[in-house]
Amino acid sequence: MTTPGRLTRRFLRTALQAIPTVLGIVILNFLLLQLAPGDAADVMAAESGTATEETLAALRARFGLDQPLLLQLLGYLSNLAHFSLGYSPRYNMPVAELIGQRLPGTLLLMATALALAFVVGLLLGLVMAATAGRWPDRVVSVLALLFYSIPGFWIGLMLIVLFSVTLGWLPSGGYQTIGGPSGGGPAEGLAALLDRLRYMVLPATSLALFYVAIYARLARAALLEAQTHDYVRTARAKGLPAWTVMTRHVLRNALLPVTTMAGIHLGGILGGAVVVETVYSWPGLGRLAYEAVMARDFSILLGVLLLSSLLVIAANLLVDVLQAWLDPRIEAS
Amino acid sequence: MDPLLSVRDLSIGFRNGAGGHWWPVRGFDLTVEAGETVALVGESGSGKSLTALALMGLLPRSARVEAAGIRFAGQELTGLPERAKRRLRGRDLAMIFQEPMTSLNPVLTIGRQIAEVLRLHQGLSAKAARAQAIELLDLVRIPEPQRRVDDHPHRLSGGMRQRAMIAMAVACRPKLLIADEPTTALDVTIQAQVLELLDRLRRELSLALLLITHDLGVVAQWADRVVVLYAGRKVEEADAGPLFSDPLHPYTRGLLAASPRMNAGRHYRDGPLDEIPGSIASAAGQAGCPFVPRCPAAVAACAEAMPPLLVPAARRAVACPVAVGLPLPGSPLNSPSAASPEFHP
Repeated sequence: MTTPGRLTRRFLRTALQAIPTVLGIVILNFLLLQLAPGDAADVMAAESGTATEETLAALRARFGLDQPLLLQLLGYLSNLAHFSLGYSPRYNMPVAELIGQRLPGTLLLMATALALAFVVGLLLGLVMAATAGRWPDRVVSVLALLFYSIPGFWIGLMLIVLFSVTLGWLPSGGYQTIGGPSGGGPAEGLAALLDRLRYMVLPATSLALFYVAIYARLARAALLEAQTHDYVRTARAKGLPAWTVMTRHVLRNALLPVTTMAGIHLGGILGGAVVVETVYSWPGLGRLAYEAVMARDFSILLGVLLLSSLLVIAANLLVDVLQAWLDPRIEAS
Repeated sequence: MDPLLSVRDLSIGFRNGAGGHWWPVRGFDLTVEAGETVALVGESGSGKSLTALALMGLLPRSARVEAAGIRFAGQELTGLPERAKRRLRGRDLAMIFQEPMTSLNPVLTIGRQIAEVLRLHQGLSAKAARAQAIELLDLVRIPEPQRRVDDHPHRLSGGMRQRAMIAMAVACRPKLLIADEPTTALDVTIQAQVLELLDRLRRELSLALLLITHDLGVVAQWADRVVVLYAGRKVEEADAGPLFSDPLHPYTRGLLAASPRMNAGRHYRDGPLDEIPGSIASAAGQAGCPFVPRCPAAVAACAEAMPPLLVPAARRAVACPVAVGLPLPGSPLNSPSAASPEFHP
């Protein structure tokens, strides 16, 4: 079978399998969220401070919160079937629109952080594998252990202290300079990109460091393991220089476990983003989810959860396709 | 004329825990003439593969290789810088391995793996290298080479993979091909085909073949000359014919007696095959001839110093004075009853 044909089949199969999974996730999430005490009407009433039983009942009636549980669920599912994520009582706007505003920021942050972690982790892994047992290996190992064990919010705060407060090089929060980098209105083109990039450095770094540690350790182990295979000896017997043997024969085989791990992280990184987005006041999905929990705004939360489960499925699909491409032995069977 | 390969006094050592070295191969000499097939014979652990890897320069850095001289194609290999050695590997000096299942990179097509050698050593373009790879696959008799060239190794059978390995090894027309047990992992029917292929390529491409094996049937059929290794020492060397008709060293005799193929006409119901008592590790750490603990002819003097290689006839060498009838002092060490297996029906 040709490579493109193989990949398409794999893609279709996974997409089909995803439908019942997503349905199950939605129903489970819906029921779980009912376990939390209070609802959006309670929170809004408490915030206004002047609510009566009647206004509460009116609020509940307006958002359908007075309906029996099963009807609410059916209503939500019917909404979903019409590609609508429902309406947020808290923000007074459709959930889809709300998520649409926040999604790009989070995706950008996640993709940058993961890409950074993957590249840096792989490079460190190469260094460690090449110097296994000698001092560069030891130094990087200790560094990786540090990154792995320090909590993300603390790294975030320390980076702010160092680079924003003490050195004053980088902004401590937000996602772009209000009023434009030069102060004369919003920037455009390259200037805007550079401005955004400055705001991205610290959050992306704090999010990435933990994953750098994981990928570095994993890449080191995978590279050392791949080096012991017979085909590496064959490659050397051909007279290839050590560097070519490493990049062409060892690295590609060692990439498999690292990409698997990165795929799993791609789905789960939203959890880490909640913390980092809060520390850096980054307007992303993680913070939206956090705010939705505090406001008991379950329609937003359900939307975010649905989106992250879709993200997990998409990430798995991506990993499947990537692995089928990296390793021809994995075939759609 | 100079021989194609001449190795003098090769020793291979590994560091042991006590700060010294242990030497799995000691004082090994070997010459290979252009175009001939030399078989390196010995049981597992005798140092055959180590010797081959040392010649290729593929031993790990922890290994210590010492030699008075390794001359290959008019060039001295000892002390040659790694860059120059690399240029020889895959071009003039090629090797195929025992395990065709694992010796090919699973994620690259066989076409790419063959083309890689051509591009490296002959500077061919990707297109020319691919065309050449197809021709090479055809040369090693892989059917439908145009289609197979884009296959990954896992789609090929064991025999096919070994053919692809051979195609890769002979891509640059090497002067010497080292085949390390090329057929051990293959079916018996495939074994004969692969050996036939190697022999045909030897003639067509006029390369010399260093065949490493423990299969005496293979040796008898394909080798011009035989070198018998025991515990890292050369114990006997001879042309194939004389070796099989008149083995001199007690170890060679034991090997031939233990081989069912060498005893045509004898049936397993007639009685058990002869065996050599003990194991190759029996003599670990002893001075003298390593075969002493298992040798039916050993006398006290054998255990004191390694006997030198003696030349009893033209193109023959044997490291056993007893075998060529030289009297040695001392009483026999292993009485026949102790040397033979205890269990006999």
